[in-house]
Amino acid sequence: MIKILMKVSSMRLLAENLSARRGEDLIFTDISFDLGAGESLVLTGRNGSGKSTLLRVVAGLLHPETGRVVWTSESSESGMRAAEACHYLGHRNAMKAELTVAENLAFWKSFFGDVDGGKGISPAEAAETVGLGGILHLPFGYLSAGQQRRMAFAKLLVAYRPVWILDEPTAALDVNAEGAFTGLINAHLAAGGIVLAATHQPLGLENARELQMTGFAGVGEERW
Amino acid sequence: MTALLLRDLKLSVRAGGGALIGVLFFMTVVAVIPFGVGPDLNLLSRIGPAIVWIGALLSALLGLDRLFQTEREDGSLDLLLMQEHPLVLTVLVKCLAHWLGNGLPLVIASPLLGLFMNMDEVAIGATMLTLLVGTPALTFIGAVGAAVAVALPRGGLLVSILVLPLAIPVLIFGVSASYAAVEDPAPFMPPFLILVAITMFFAVLGPLGAALALRNAGD
Repeated sequence: MIKILMKVSSMRLLAENLSARRGEDLIFTDISFDLGAGESLVLTGRNGSGKSTLLRVVAGLLHPETGRVVWTSESSESGMRAAEACHYLGHRNAMKAELTVAENLAFWKSFFGDVDGGKGISPAEAAETVGLGGILHLPFGYLSAGQQRRMAFAKLLVAYRPVWILDEPTAALDVNAEGAFTGLINAHLAAGGIVLAATHQPLGLENARELQMTGFAGVGEERW
Repeated sequence: MTALLLRDLKLSVRAGGGALIGVLFFMTVVAVIPFGVGPDLNLLSRIGPAIVWIGALLSALLGLDRLFQTEREDGSLDLLLMQEHPLVLTVLVKCLAHWLGNGLPLVIASPLLGLFMNMDEVAIGATMLTLLVGTPALTFIGAVGAAVAVALPRGGLLVSILVLPLAIPVLIFGVSASYAAVEDPAPFMPPFLILVAITMFFAVLGPLGAALALRNAGD
């Protein structure tokens, strides 16, 4: 038991003095956070305040202007990029409309592979978990927007990643599904995962830290 | 990686995939030439290998811009970029899948179109062989263009124009090897081996360049 706790507690996602630029404008400057196992950070703020940009920087999809993101855990070799320990659920679902849901999920399961320390569940179980067990045979394009979003979420379950980066995870979802998602995210946290989420609706996560993004409109003018 | 190969192959044959479109375009281009040139059989068989090669080149360029754009549009590209697998390898596998789905059908269709052009068996065989060796180079070159233009809406024509200068040597050596097989004095092997070398060269350089472009396309 103690061993498990120690293993869990050695995971750490650290961001130091991040700032990012879009075109000429600095979107945010000097953001630092330090998340350990079971901790979550919820980003809030108005549209355009840089929530998505920050998430993309952490996911390694944008180069930060300054600062760095570091991932450490017991099992990871040094030099592992933080992005490799992350699941990223962006605005788009990253599923092919022409393929069936089962094909989509099976592809991502096989392509992602599991990071040390956990194991993904099968596509059928994942679909069951998000409440859509019966429609695995349908092409993804036939599903409604809400069902597509749920299946995109099921993608996070088929392969294990300790860190979940969620950008507006509950967009297009009904109230029931929102509740179910909160349950899944809390389960991930309880299992020692880390969650980084941007949202407008309160997600109802247990003991989540909150980071209010304010945006830096105007910094660009000052530089001139 | 096998999963990625299989997925891309499935996508290329399902609705909206480019496999059939490329072959149809190839047939259209080559099939109208005899009507334009007229029923001079000697002339047709003389220009045959060149026309088949030009048709294959244009059809190969046709579907290339979608190589990464579809991935970007549905957000898959982000996830492909984040993984542990080297991005170069991911790009290489995507190129292979694209060639199997779009390039190989062109090679298979080329003997039929050779008949349209009144080419004899040797010329048809030589053209098919040079296409088999040369079209992968077109895919690898095109991957760089597709990666550079990935964020541009309607980047299709731009991709074709970007990669055309690099594709010209493939065309030159492909056609000259095909001619060398039928015309006596010219040796077949030198242009053919240069074609092989071009393909192998771009098999290394293309995925590297495309991976670099994708990494820096960040948006």
